Amino acid sequence: MGLLARAPAMALAELWAGFGAEPGFSWLRPPETGAVMVRGRMGGTGAAFNLGEMTVTRCVLKLDEGGAVGHACVQGRDRDKARRAALIDALMQTGRAEDCRSKVLGPLAARMEEAGRARAARAAATKVEFFTMVRGED
Amino acid sequence: MYVAVKGGERAIENAHAWLAEERRGDPSVAELSVAQIREQLALAVNRVMAEGSLYDPDLAALAIKQARGDLIEAIFLIRAYRTTLPRLGTSVPVDTGAMACDRRISATFKDAPGGQVLGPTFDYTHRLLDFMLAAEGKMTPAPQAEPRDEPMPRITGFLNRDGLIEEEAPSDETPPDLTREPLEFPANRALRLQALTRGDEGFVLGMAYSTQRGYGRNHPFVGELRVGTVSVEMEIPELGFAVAIGEIALTECETVNQFKGSKTEPAQFTRGYGLAFGHSERKAISMALVDRALRWEELGEDNAGVPAQDAEFVLSHADNIQASGFLEHIKLPHYVDFQSELELVRRIRAGAAADPVRGAAE
Repeated sequence: MGLLARAPAMALAELWAGFGAEPGFSWLRPPETGAVMVRGRMGGTGAAFNLGEMTVTRCVLKLDEGGAVGHACVQGRDRDKARRAALIDALMQTGRAEDCRSKVLGPLAARMEEAGRARAARAAATKVEFFTMVRGED
Repeated sequence: MYVAVKGGERAIENAHAWLAEERRGDPSVAELSVAQIREQLALAVNRVMAEGSLYDPDLAALAIKQARGDLIEAIFLIRAYRTTLPRLGTSVPVDTGAMACDRRISATFKDAPGGQVLGPTFDYTHRLLDFMLAAEGKMTPAPQAEPRDEPMPRITGFLNRDGLIEEEAPSDETPPDLTREPLEFPANRALRLQALTRGDEGFVLGMAYSTQRGYGRNHPFVGELRVGTVSVEMEIPELGFAVAIGEIALTECETVNQFKGSKTEPAQFTRGYGLAFGHSERKAISMALVDRALRWEELGEDNAGVPAQDAEFVLSHADNIQASGFLEHIKLPHYVDFQSELELVRRIRAGAAADPVRGAAE
């Protein structure tokens, strides 16, 4: 769920389209967009305070076949992304879990890791390497 | 007598139509897309998210487009929008110690574990206009190095270990929320931090600057400044555990301030804290300075009577939506109020003309 929540909507849509036809389902709770209050801690480790809100969209659905229930609570206001995330959550409880993992979740995680790595590589290149001038005192 | 006046509907409609045209500008110039604003004016987007108090880069970019680049107007649009959203929950406090840092610097320890990582910064640029940008010059890709997996521990953590800096007592007490309850005084530190992080960057900067210039002496070091992304987690009641619901960019600033000590307590450094949505360094540093100045009472410092120590003054005037709402309302029709004042001035003047001696005495 965490991976799907953070995933870029475009990447998820693309991989999901490649997974085949969407399975039939019914809504237990149709997609709803709202806000979650994000908290921080004073000094990073101390008492909590309210930092500000972020948009999220959540939904719950049930697969027609087998009746597995899928939950999603994803960042942003994209209802399609929430539906896809909930469908994947439900499918992961069925016989198609392995298929779903290898065709959607695995590649999605790999793409996100690559994007994170690309930033980390740029950050690493901006690390300061201090050197001390030899002052010739001895 | 109050006379209701109607009219102006056509003028208003036409004014808004013209506004839309002016927003578009010269139609022979390509229109700006929301995605372009989100990607290429990212720091404006960050400011709108921080002061609009809603993390959603697409919405902030749309607001900037709609507001023709007027960031306070864009913040107003975001604040108005967020009131329409149901509150779905509250996150677990974010762990900035686990931040994936794009940037992390310390002005106190050169050789801090994790190093000095500059990230995409304006620092050390010469502030010369780059005419290559106007000519749409080609971009050279940023160099890359082997990503470093070493941890980036908090700088204040080292000082803490030796007891040289005051400890932040962890607590999971529910903090007050000024989006739910109106701001009341005395405001505790949690409430002050919330008000400061959504406060106007210019105002908070001015307040912070005033403390540096001597209105409440509190010369700090930037112990640490970090910019990057953190995961946001929330307890999902149906599941009974916390899951990641997204990832946000944050800027965190921890200041190390001058020590205080007493007969019973050994001298130690004190701290100020700033945390803001997006890459917003100026805001985070300013917030940390003002946070520290407002802590004078709990730290047993003297009240120097300076503006930055006055929580009521700082917090009541930090919000640019409240401020511009009250300020700008005076340009709206006040015909009746003004009419009564005009009557009064005329009557006084008429009285003075009829009886110069009494008139002057009045």
